[in-house]
Amino acid sequence: MKHKRLDLSYSQLRWETVFKRILWIMSAILLVLVIGILATLIVQSMPSIKSLGIKFLWGKIWDPVNNIYGAYPFLIGTILTSFTALIISIPFSYAIAIYLGEYNPKGWLSNLLKNTIELIAAVPSVIYGFWGLSVLVPIIRVFEAKIGVAPYGVGVFTSSLVLAVMIIPYAASLGTSLIRMVPSPLKEGAYALGATRFEVIRSVILPYTRSGLFAGILLSLGRALGETMAVAMLIGNTSAIAHSIKDAFFGPGNTMASVIANEFTEADHTVYLSALIELGLVLFVVTVIINLIGKKIIMSYTNN
Amino acid sequence: MDARLKVRNTKSIIFKSVIVFLAFVITIPLIIILLYIIKQGVTQVNWHFLTHVPAPVGETGGGISNALVGSIIIVALSSIIAIPVGILAGIYLSENANTRLAYYSGLCVDILQGVPSIVVGMVVYFWVVKPLGTFSALSGSVALAIMMLPIVIRSTEQTLKLLPDSLKEAALSLGVPYHRVILKIIVPCGFAGILSGIMLSVARIIGETAPLLFTAFGNPYLSAAITKPMQSLPLLIFNYATSPYDEWHNLAWGASFILLMFVLLLNIFTKLITRKWNIQL
Repeated sequence: MKHKRLDLSYSQLRWETVFKRILWIMSAILLVLVIGILATLIVQSMPSIKSLGIKFLWGKIWDPVNNIYGAYPFLIGTILTSFTALIISIPFSYAIAIYLGEYNPKGWLSNLLKNTIELIAAVPSVIYGFWGLSVLVPIIRVFEAKIGVAPYGVGVFTSSLVLAVMIIPYAASLGTSLIRMVPSPLKEGAYALGATRFEVIRSVILPYTRSGLFAGILLSLGRALGETMAVAMLIGNTSAIAHSIKDAFFGPGNTMASVIANEFTEADHTVYLSALIELGLVLFVVTVIINLIGKKIIMSYTNN
Repeated sequence: MDARLKVRNTKSIIFKSVIVFLAFVITIPLIIILLYIIKQGVTQVNWHFLTHVPAPVGETGGGISNALVGSIIIVALSSIIAIPVGILAGIYLSENANTRLAYYSGLCVDILQGVPSIVVGMVVYFWVVKPLGTFSALSGSVALAIMMLPIVIRSTEQTLKLLPDSLKEAALSLGVPYHRVILKIIVPCGFAGILSGIMLSVARIIGETAPLLFTAFGNPYLSAAITKPMQSLPLLIFNYATSPYDEWHNLAWGASFILLMFVLLLNIFTKLITRKWNIQL
């Protein structure tokens, strides 16, 4: 009887070490995963790095039929769409953050708005793309005809509009929780000195949360850069560089993510495929850096 | 009241109205989109729509059963892959917060959270599709599992960190082995938080299209073979939305409606769970 019990506890002990090891392995898998992703991207883009070199990044022509690859149109397209979307979204995300964080942090209206904003992030991007394609594009076409640019309907401007709505929740929800964390003695002190609500927000709350709000914008930017489906459906997919700024803004274009989505399965020779993967590598590295900076800022913020 | 005070007060009031206006006006696009999709989609959905495969071009009728079945299989498979790994890794991160491995793993979770979904699809193409020699539902599941992982890990980690240490100490002092403490006491206590994280991650991946483009690829027929290409709801919406045929657009609207309902229901359930157990995610 005693013997049996001892055996049991030995087996339990063995299980304990096995369990700890499993936990360790599961956690190490994450490292393997991330390193694996990076390694795969680098290895697979080697043919293009070797044959095209660094000038790939500012080559102006993308012509797979004639074996000419330049990433410049996509870099410009990505930067243009993401930053336009970001600029459109900032006033709204700040307004939501200030409203939910300061003016109305509790109550049913605040909850309703908060849940609605979170819902924006929950809707799949392909649905935004489909809606944009069948509702927004005709409207934009009319608008473009009125202001005297070629009425494509699809293009950088249209995708930026949809993208702007899609990225608002990220900056808004982070901003809300940061503004709620502003210590009330600071605000009360300002009120006691006779400041109005606007002055408290401008000279106490916003300066106190500045870096955190900036981090929220970085997270939104990371989303915008990597967003694929809605953009791929709305941007028009042209790899040619526009002749004027107006054309570049309203006309069709391409982003790094959208060109990968559209051409990856069609890429029929090594350098073509590899050039697309190099675009993916650039996208990966840029979004990782932006996200890590954002996370770092938030971390330093919450620790203080 | 002197003039300057009046100006300051007016400024404050104007600022508040601008903020309120901007904060609420942004819900309008969402409401328009939701109503439009419900309006377009709800008329498409009936029993025939749910149980038939899409009709070929030129024929009316047809449904989206292949995408429905495909989505369920792909998401179920990725859950099978991601949930155990995610929960166990989350346990490690909450239990060993100060080790070097935990620091780097946490960093990796942050990185995975920010990886563009299209890049995940591309990488999985080389990991699974190339070696197997064919697009497959399995590869799509692997891609979606990678997207799921960070959400499951973070919610597990955060839920478990909130549990009081005394809970674990009491069990350990009674001589309960470590793995049983974790599996029988800690995990059940944090179950609601972990569950809501899982539901949130499912809601997130069920609408993902980009990782499936080069992995599950899509399939016009009903298929349950996980080593063959498989259709899914978002893929069907993408393919049919960008096609020039009205019939296919209608199918895509119906599919959008169903996908939207899935996502909304999952989100509402998650909300209810987190509210009931008072969880902060």
